[in-house]
Amino acid sequence: MSIDPVFEASGERHILRQAMGNRSFLIGLAITTVIALMALVSLFWTPYDITRLEVAQRLKGLSLEHPFGTDHLGRDIFSMIMVGARNSIAVAFVAVGIGAGIGVPLGAWAAAQRGWADEALMRLNDLVFAFPALLSAIMITAIFGPGAVNAIIAIGIFNIPVFARVARAGALAIWPREYILAARASGKGKFLISAEHILPNIASILLVQGTIQFALGILAEAGLSYLGLGAQPPMPSWGRMLFDAQTRLVVAPHLALFPGLAIVITVLGLNLLGDGLRDVLDPRVRRER
Amino acid sequence: MSLLEIENLSLSIGSTEILKDIDLHLEQGEVLGLVGESGSGKSMTALTLMQLLPPRAKAAGRVTFDGIDILNAPEEAMCRLRGDDLGMVFQEPMTALNPVKTIGEQVAEGIRWHTGANRADAENRARRMLARVGLPEAKFPLARYPHELSGGQRQRVVIAIACALNPKLLIADEPTTALDVVLQAQILDLLRDLVEENRMGLLLISHDLAVVAQMADRITIMRDGAVMETGETSQTLLQQKHPYTRQLAEASTHVPTKARQPDAQQSASPLLQVDNVVRDYKLRRKSLFTPAGAFRAVDRVSFTLNAGETTALVGRSGCGKSTLARMILALDRPTSGAITFNGHRLDSAADSELRAARRDMQVVFQDPYGSFNPRHTVERLVAEPLHLADKKPSREERRSLVADALTNVGLSSSAMDRYPHEFSGGQRQRISIARAIIMRPKLIVADEPVSALDVSIRAQILDLFAELNASMGLACLFITHDLTVARALTDTVMVMHEGKIVERGATGTVFDNPQTAPAKALVEAAPDLEHALERRRQRTAAVRATLPSQI
Amino acid sequence: MSAYIAKRALTGFATLLVASLVVFAVLEILPGDPARIMLGMNASPEALAALRDEMGLNQPLVTRYLDWVAGMAMGDLGRSYTYSTPVSELIAERLEVSLPLALLALALSTLIAIPVGVYAASRRGQVADTVSMGLAQIGVAIPNFWFALLLVYVFAVGLRLVPAGGFPGWDNGWQALKALLLPAVSLALPQAAILARVTRSAMLEVLGEDYIRTARAKGLPRRTVLWKHALQNALIPVLTILGLQFAFLLAGTIIIENVFYLPGLGRLVFQAISQRDLIVVEGVVMLLVAAVILVNLLVDLLYAAADPRLRTSR
Repeated sequence: MSIDPVFEASGERHILRQAMGNRSFLIGLAITTVIALMALVSLFWTPYDITRLEVAQRLKGLSLEHPFGTDHLGRDIFSMIMVGARNSIAVAFVAVGIGAGIGVPLGAWAAAQRGWADEALMRLNDLVFAFPALLSAIMITAIFGPGAVNAIIAIGIFNIPVFARVARAGALAIWPREYILAARASGKGKFLISAEHILPNIASILLVQGTIQFALGILAEAGLSYLGLGAQPPMPSWGRMLFDAQTRLVVAPHLALFPGLAIVITVLGLNLLGDGLRDVLDPRVRRER
Repeated sequence: MSLLEIENLSLSIGSTEILKDIDLHLEQGEVLGLVGESGSGKSMTALTLMQLLPPRAKAAGRVTFDGIDILNAPEEAMCRLRGDDLGMVFQEPMTALNPVKTIGEQVAEGIRWHTGANRADAENRARRMLARVGLPEAKFPLARYPHELSGGQRQRVVIAIACALNPKLLIADEPTTALDVVLQAQILDLLRDLVEENRMGLLLISHDLAVVAQMADRITIMRDGAVMETGETSQTLLQQKHPYTRQLAEASTHVPTKARQPDAQQSASPLLQVDNVVRDYKLRRKSLFTPAGAFRAVDRVSFTLNAGETTALVGRSGCGKSTLARMILALDRPTSGAITFNGHRLDSAADSELRAARRDMQVVFQDPYGSFNPRHTVERLVAEPLHLADKKPSREERRSLVADALTNVGLSSSAMDRYPHEFSGGQRQRISIARAIIMRPKLIVADEPVSALDVSIRAQILDLFAELNASMGLACLFITHDLTVARALTDTVMVMHEGKIVERGATGTVFDNPQTAPAKALVEAAPDLEHALERRRQRTAAVRATLPSQI
Repeated sequence: MSAYIAKRALTGFATLLVASLVVFAVLEILPGDPARIMLGMNASPEALAALRDEMGLNQPLVTRYLDWVAGMAMGDLGRSYTYSTPVSELIAERLEVSLPLALLALALSTLIAIPVGVYAASRRGQVADTVSMGLAQIGVAIPNFWFALLLVYVFAVGLRLVPAGGFPGWDNGWQALKALLLPAVSLALPQAAILARVTRSAMLEVLGEDYIRTARAKGLPRRTVLWKHALQNALIPVLTILGLQFAFLLAGTIIIENVFYLPGLGRLVFQAISQRDLIVVEGVVMLLVAAVILVNLLVDLLYAAADPRLRTSR
């Protein structure tokens, strides 16, 4: 029997039971939920008001009042990390949305059409991949000016070919299936087949790719912010906090510790979630375990 | 003492019991056939002998090979045994060879490892072995890579690897299942010769009683991890003492009773007319400067099919029969030629014009697992062709149509709300047929509809086809490499070879008296249980006549 | 084989050409007048006009593009607006830092990742596998510039083993290497984590193939099968990732060079962008794009070396 290159559904309840027994999935889900909650709560409440500067409280170490200490302007690091989470998640989420929203239809279309359309899309993909993504993101934010919105666009553009590629590869694996032939024999056109048969069957690989790109988006946003090209002060962002920490590394190393840990934990959570999803949704992995 | 002795072998993976108290023995120079349907545990028995079991498998009992206690042998001892005294051939030749190593190296490697021979000596030995299995160096240099060989040739390489050091026992696990009948006959001949030359023991594992009846001295029949019956081949198969043996034998030779005689009255115009159809595929260019070549998959094929007629399209793998089928289904377009179905031209019509034609023809595929979208319910799957209806049926109409179709193929209408993975292979094939008949088509094209099924299930599906043909007056085009299926089901047969139809006629006539070389080759190679047993009976009778004193 | 390479080379060249169009077009949109940047805010209109004329800024776009491409083909990347030196000289000088850094990082990550990945795959589900893949999982999540800060804090600020930043030049090879060590490690570690994971999963995939069973049935011991049969087959996905990583490493130098104050290509382009020194940006971007395309071509060649199926009749 041929091995299924794309994940097969096998009953939603079954998948749920699988998920509940998957350690990566559960840990990843827990971490992601906590970070998301943190971001959400920060919309209404933070332990300290981060727009109020209290120079008297500057560069405080860890204490009960300020569990993560304060920065050079006396702001509470924990509060800043909460607000920073909002920024990171928003940028990465919208960037993934842009990438998937444009890339998936493109990839599915190329796979359905084949021929010149497919070739053109792949060459376009090659072209985008030829530009080191970070360099181009720097150029884009430099052209349109630094800021969260432009960071989103810059990261989002480079998500498009990734999703296009994954969607195309997944769709190409489904098209020769006999059930597609049966659908064609029932007179269904390419668009209908793509919508009814192709997309539902590549949804799971796209979901997994989505979590990966989400994690990469958070890393990229941090990088851009670190270079001063992401969210602008006073809006706190994890990358920017690390930049501010760098010059004070000797006197206040904790400034560099917590924003970095926040990035690592968030990305780790998303990656674990992605790995878990892959295990749960991909029968090949399941069979081997 | 026997070469191989298995006593009370049990095997479990996790909490699942795979094998239960298996007893087997095999003498030097003997061929033992191990027969069973899927899930019977025959392959696991082989892997136990090789100690190549999946990591969590636990075996208990005794397995003695050539005086060595296999189950308790350390890994180093097993490494010395495997590929030396104990060789194994696998089912799937297309994937059994390492794609990045030359065939010479893959044969020589084992020789070097076991004998400590240097590169040149090992290569010489590999060269002789490859020549012995029918791959002489002049035509098949040692530097060839697996992808440059066909399936049959690759299986010869696998046999060369297994037999390079004259093993005492060769285990062949479905060695010909992935090959067409002609290649199957060649590979079986080769195995038989190797056994005779080297007084090798052969454990031949197969689902096909006919193959085993041809080859084996003794036969063991397994089911659900246990041995049902064991004995001398012709005795076992002729007496059929065990009910399961009888069931298997009957299913293997099953011929559905035809309720309907082929229509004598010929309507004015045939249902399907294929006229001089050609299909070329462009090949990849070898270099930038040579024009791309073309491969002619279907070469000037013409035939007609009348309403209600069942015909078989038989031929070796790669002969173009599936390509032809796709063009008839208007899933692919001919390079030239005309296809007319029920008054509609298919070859030149735009997709939108094909609706009317598609309503009257449907398709059943080989793989009962790949032919359904795993995310759709059976209702949605079976209802798919209703897309072709001019008036979209209401939800109730749709459900009642699906229920009818399911009842027609012998399934309960409650199957509707379930998903395909909840059904067995045979049931899935029934669902596939339900989907094909829901629009009451005039023609069904079935591409190897039973070759992925176990024999007992296969017999039921063949019956279903015969029944539908009779009750609905369906015309059927069966594409198959299995002559038994063609014989069981069809009125007429077409033999296809290298893109051309070389012979056509009434099924019985063509198979009993083939005229062309490709048809003869097919018929001769096709394993046939009754013929094999007949030959065996004659042979034993002859031996008895010459050696009366021994009995 | 030759057709395969020729096709790849041709595609690469076409990509490069289109890339040059894109770079040129994008940078034309950038606000800022190069002549004013060179002469400063107080320059007279006449001087500006004269300089514009001299730089060819009054020429039509097409002519300027063709001049630029023709210049590049001959190694002339123009003259920097801010440094007033030829861009090619600037780049050559900065490459002395960036290229060794990227290569060092690539070598480090490959040398760590592939053995770890193979080993983990061979010990699937055992402690060694779980631990190394757990570490890799964390490694993937670490932003390289943060890791760089940690390294600086421990090895430069704390232990004082290496300098915290700056580059002494290649006159003293040992000092130069020491200055590149932390940057290289911080670049390499996250990449190594990714590569190790890819290697492991590629190996696991291959180890499930039929031909691995054939090799075992020949009597070859597990170890031989792992290194002689499995690894070469697992190389294709590993090579793909390696190719992608090179591009990533080149870009990664932009951030890392900023952390360590290294006078490399990344810092050059970053400063050039903020100073609107377009011609430098164009030059560096084109160089990086060319490097990426070249590396991908190299990867294609390695594919063919690793997999005979690509060599014949494809």
